[in-house]
Amino acid sequence: MTTPLSLHVRRCGPGGEVEFELLLDVPSDLKYVGPAVELIAERCRHGALSPRRVEFNLRTALAEALANAIAYGNRQDPSRVVHVRVEASRAWLRIHVTDDGAGFDPAVVPDPTLPGHLEREDGRGLFVLRSLVDHVTFNEKGNSVCLTLRAG
Amino acid sequence: MAFSLTQKKPGVVMVGVDGQLIVGNRQELKQKVLDALDGGTNRFVIDFTRTGYIDSSGLGVLVSLSKKIREQGGDLRLAGLNDDLQTLFELTKLDTLFSIAKTPEEALAAFSP
Repeated sequence: MTTPLSLHVRRCGPGGEVEFELLLDVPSDLKYVGPAVELIAERCRHGALSPRRVEFNLRTALAEALANAIAYGNRQDPSRVVHVRVEASRAWLRIHVTDDGAGFDPAVVPDPTLPGHLEREDGRGLFVLRSLVDHVTFNEKGNSVCLTLRAG
Repeated sequence: MAFSLTQKKPGVVMVGVDGQLIVGNRQELKQKVLDALDGGTNRFVIDFTRTGYIDSSGLGVLVSLSKKIREQGGDLRLAGLNDDLQTLFELTKLDTLFSIAKTPEEALAAFSP
């Protein structure tokens, strides 16, 4: 697939906690979720996280965050992009995924494991996200999520 | 190719998922299985032996396919989940919704001839 994805790597100077940052703009089309995840995962393979956590936790969580941002945040509007910023230190990896949408209130998303919701096709994204990383925070507007994965 | 469908015994199709099952390719899997269902097959094993990760959209498509297949009197079984994927099914309680076998061979054997 021809891809407009272009990953920028920014090395951070000595003395700071963050060793490098990754910056990636992703068009609001769900077909770019997989390729964007692979680009980021490839750069994180030799850092704070074990290979297994990169292969599974990071890739799955980032796919969830990107899909939410593209589908619900930017409503697949081709004129909008999703901004991904990864901060990498020796102790943790922090991934910020920001869309141009109006935001949402994560507190109102129902628990998908309740009996009445179990056979629903959708509604598991946030639950899966929270299960796979160490910490999830949203900004006040609800259009930017920060995922933290601790080393190990 | 991400998804391969192979008839392993009469009336049973094995679906291999190579790589990932996520929001960007789930429709392809859904269409292939629904086409086979329309063609008269109603017993499926989905083999995740070669699967790296599955996101919530991928889980959702499995839930929806399972429901459709059961409505047609058939069955969908899952097999070959690694430890991380198995945990994902347990966390989401989808392990209670699906028959999950350790290997595709075990899943196949569970279907009567």
